[in-house]
Amino acid sequence: MVKDRSWREHLFNACNVLIMLILIVFTLYPFWYSVIGSFNEGADYARGGVYLFTRQFTWDNYSALFSDSALIRAFGVTVARTVIGTFTHIVFTAMFAYAFSRRNLKYRKFYSMLGLSSMYLSGGMIPFFILINSLGLYNHFLVFIIPALFSFWNVILFRSYFAELPEALIESAKIDGAGEYTIFFKFILPLSKPVIAAVSLFTAVGHWNAYYDAMIYTFGDHLQTVQLYILKLVQSTEAALLLANMSGTVGTAHSTVTTTTLQLSAMVAASLPIVLIYPFVQKYFIKGMLIGSVKG
Amino acid sequence: MTDSEATLAARKSPSTGRNFRNKDQLSLQTMILPGIIFILVFTFIPLYGVLIAFKEYNIITGIRGIFTAEWVGLDNFKEFVNDINFWNMLRNTLGINILGLLINFPLTILFALMLNELTSQHFKKLTQTVTYLPHFISWSIFGGLIINILSPSSGVVNYVLLQLGIISEPIHFLGEQNYFWLLAVLTNLVKELGWGAILYLAAIAGIDQEMYEAAYMDGATRFQRIWHITLPSITGTIVILLVFSISNILNSGFDQFFVLQNPLNIDSSEVIDTYVYKVGLREFRMEYATAVGLMKTVIALVLLYLANLTAKKITKRGIF
Repeated sequence: MVKDRSWREHLFNACNVLIMLILIVFTLYPFWYSVIGSFNEGADYARGGVYLFTRQFTWDNYSALFSDSALIRAFGVTVARTVIGTFTHIVFTAMFAYAFSRRNLKYRKFYSMLGLSSMYLSGGMIPFFILINSLGLYNHFLVFIIPALFSFWNVILFRSYFAELPEALIESAKIDGAGEYTIFFKFILPLSKPVIAAVSLFTAVGHWNAYYDAMIYTFGDHLQTVQLYILKLVQSTEAALLLANMSGTVGTAHSTVTTTTLQLSAMVAASLPIVLIYPFVQKYFIKGMLIGSVKG
Repeated sequence: MTDSEATLAARKSPSTGRNFRNKDQLSLQTMILPGIIFILVFTFIPLYGVLIAFKEYNIITGIRGIFTAEWVGLDNFKEFVNDINFWNMLRNTLGINILGLLINFPLTILFALMLNELTSQHFKKLTQTVTYLPHFISWSIFGGLIINILSPSSGVVNYVLLQLGIISEPIHFLGEQNYFWLLAVLTNLVKELGWGAILYLAAIAGIDQEMYEAAYMDGATRFQRIWHITLPSITGTIVILLVFSISNILNSGFDQFFVLQNPLNIDSSEVIDTYVYKVGLREFRMEYATAVGLMKTVIALVLLYLANLTAKKITKRGIF
């Protein structure tokens, strides 16, 4: 009986581990695939067969990629919006959340109602576009920052963390004559590193991955984000490929850098920061997700 | 008046109220004000802008045009009922999302259960780290990867299928109508499976371990323990997430479809969100696009209400 059971347990465990291993391979392979492709010589890659390792190693794709001033600029725009956007979002949203967490705040019910409705109601794509246009934000860097200043979802995250902080702290600061602003900036924020980390990371990833606002609210190259740059590359390759398929020819036979390998190297370069940083900050993401779900 | 209110507040919460001053209330209100202005501007003005769905609007007139434009009643709505594209993309939106719900929702629960049964904590952590990763990669990159892997000329999928003799010539997966729905569902599964399991794992972590020990003593097999302890314990989480998924059925994720669609698969890849974008911001038929968007919101609200009602009837749990 006991023996039978342990035999089954072992089989179960083995199958379980095997399935998870397959899943891991499936998840990682696309990334590996693009890495090896990005280091492969372009014309050689187009012949197919570069599936496990690089066949003809070259740095050409990356040097071609980074000689494109549009991409350098796109990286600049993306880094700028990520840093500025995250910082301003944290200050703006956390300040609201602090006041919102104070029990003696007047009209709190009303504010709460407004906040919740901002989470669930939306006028949709077109009215928002008209608004952005009317505010003069169209084709302006601030279109990445201002509409992203505030999120009631993150207010809930901050508030549930602030609520756990000892009330006595605020009490004693007040006795010492500190006002609400001093308390918030000098005492509350420094004590809230975990929640700031969690919200910052979510916000930063959002900024880093954004292409939609750049595509809709800007034109030309000067405010293009990295993701939009990649999207254009992907879609133009796809278009080229479609054309090649329909006319029965395989284009770009002689060049060493093709749109495909260029595209792969751009994708690797753009996802590298996330892939490198993510494993170390994973716990903050999970923490943020869980705080939000419990209270929200 | 404000004084007496302050004293009232002080009495209600003796721990905080004692040192409370009017100056502080003013400070708090100024901290709240920017956020409230933000909500009024960025949520409520666009909400009001929905009115153009019933009007003849011109973008040049800006926000003021929302008020001054001429009423045309339900003309824009009549237009899309007669629009052949509209029914096509409604079918795609519903089809892809219902298929996704049927396949991905149970698989995510299954994944969380299996993850929980892993005996090595290190391996569990590794699996989690790897499967969460794609969630943080943008669709423009992830979609680009998919397009490359499925490429008929150099993609690995066609290579493997050809080598195994399953197909005799390369298939242009993204260029054919028939594959798109399934591809959309499966690529979304790969991207979101891990992250989608987080809330279930948290719910599982909260289960009292003594129940498992007692069941083990009574000779329950592993499967019985999962079936009779783990699953019933996370029913609440499952119901809530199911209700949310159903209400989200029309919010089919602009990004994924926008990246994966091309002229060859457009008939099975056009969804409401991408259609609104094209009609509204490329053809500048803004009032028409707004009408389509409004229709979507209304259907989504009805779905949310129905899903919640059903959940309450069946399990006595709901989200509101």
